[in-house]
Amino acid sequence: MTEIPLLEVESLTRRYGRRIGCQDVAFTLWPGEVLGIVGESGSGKTTLLNCLSGQLPPSEGRVSYLTRDRGAVDIWEISEAQRRLLLRTDWGLVHQTPSEGLRMGVSAGANVGERLMAVGARNYGEIRTEALHWLDALEVDRGRVDEFPDAFSGGMRQRLQIARNLVTRPRLVFMDEPTGGLDVSVQARLLDLIRRLVSELSLSCVIVTHDLGVVRLLAHRLLVMRQGEVVEAGLTDQVLDDPQHPYTQMLVSSILPV
Amino acid sequence: MNAESLEGEDRPGHTGYNYAYLDEQTKRMLRRALLKAVAIPGYQVPFASREMPMPYGWGTGGVQVTASIIGPSDVLKVIDQGADDTTNAVSIRKFFANTAQVTTTTSSERATIIQTRHRVPETALSDGQILVYQVPIPEPLRWLEARESETRKMHALREYGVMHVSLYEDIAHHGRIAKSYDYPVLVEDAYIMRPSPIPKFDNPKLDNCPALQLFGAGRERRVYALPPYTRVVSLDFEDHPFDVETWEESCAICGAQDSFLDEVVTDDKGGRMHVCSDTEYCNKRLAAQGRQEATA
Repeated sequence: MTEIPLLEVESLTRRYGRRIGCQDVAFTLWPGEVLGIVGESGSGKTTLLNCLSGQLPPSEGRVSYLTRDRGAVDIWEISEAQRRLLLRTDWGLVHQTPSEGLRMGVSAGANVGERLMAVGARNYGEIRTEALHWLDALEVDRGRVDEFPDAFSGGMRQRLQIARNLVTRPRLVFMDEPTGGLDVSVQARLLDLIRRLVSELSLSCVIVTHDLGVVRLLAHRLLVMRQGEVVEAGLTDQVLDDPQHPYTQMLVSSILPV
Repeated sequence: MNAESLEGEDRPGHTGYNYAYLDEQTKRMLRRALLKAVAIPGYQVPFASREMPMPYGWGTGGVQVTASIIGPSDVLKVIDQGADDTTNAVSIRKFFANTAQVTTTTSSERATIIQTRHRVPETALSDGQILVYQVPIPEPLRWLEARESETRKMHALREYGVMHVSLYEDIAHHGRIAKSYDYPVLVEDAYIMRPSPIPKFDNPKLDNCPALQLFGAGRERRVYALPPYTRVVSLDFEDHPFDVETWEESCAICGAQDSFLDEVVTDDKGGRMHVCSDTEYCNKRLAAQGRQEATA
């Protein structure tokens, strides 16, 4: 592994007027690492994710990303054009609701191919081959490549959304509640799939969720957030098996036993 | 552009209106927008569109552009779907004959300004001519992205991948790029532009055209332009290149095989004929054939 972290966050703060979105967050993410961010609704998870992924400018602090060609850059210092390019090539962004991350008016194949065309692919046959490859990888029936996403089930849409993000072979993927709104058996299958892809493609991930089961399966390390601040951080198993902060203890103990 | 305008009271029979209908300040505003549009080929320049004495969709944008550039020595031709004799074309010609005292013509060669809806004349244009297009929707990304703030940003950053997504969809569903009119073009490797709803048959005529081409959208309040000899490329894929439509038939009136043909239903028993959409081109060919027969 390299000596330089892929993502380095220092004293990141985002305020909404006098209210606090997230405050003084700092962490590093190393290549190939999966970081889980957990916490209850309103704890600032999504605000943090949006600041990290170039969607929402932070009030203070810096987010430094190790680019392929220019070394580490502060993503809020580079131009908007470069930031948007990063977001559709080297990064992936998986929304909680697939309809936000997909183009619902165009076919599954076009959804997967969009990023390729955005970076200059102009050969229909090659784009289609690549799209089919990623549909296979995400276990979406390749016979449905010309169907529209609104004809897909929730789980298939979510897998399609991930395929659309992985087609440019990103190094860092942000996921906001990737399994939210799916029933448990579909969740389990999707988690298996994500876990396999993360290790096969050696992806780095930042996963925001309120579901401790998801982070137990996927994340190497964990940040626990409450009221905009990180209250506990550490290895996933360590945090979940031996929670130190009272809030984390409450969170872990509130999982319903089956 | 013969910008010298006449004083309203000097003109017999037309009191109450300024020369060419629009007031001078409006024309200055439009000319300023047009100069900017010519300076940045393919870029949509906002302008303060005025109410015109005609409904939106009938060419309010084109009429305003024409009014701002026309002068007494201009010769005006107006076509609608290629025809000189439709209501829209006749009305606009009359409008400018009344308000701007210009000579009107149906000849593409004699005209200095040609205002057009949905066609480019078959006759090749030459230096010094101006072609004014009536545009309904100027934004090529509109059906793919509804937010104006976002489409402007996409133009600024040249994020045009989504345009090819729409072409991809066509091939996936129809086996070919099925878009037959308003076919998107890339101008000087910079901006993507809608050429107004001309058939894609006319797209090659935009490229390297010696005439100045101005586009006016009245309802959407945008003008854009192609200066003479601008490079205009129709979008396509390497393995699905751009091509224009062809017909097995030839024009039933003049026999032309190289012009854009309209299909006309002649009865309710399946009878139909193909005729030139450009009436002037058709008439010119007929006249030439008549002369040949006369000399033969």
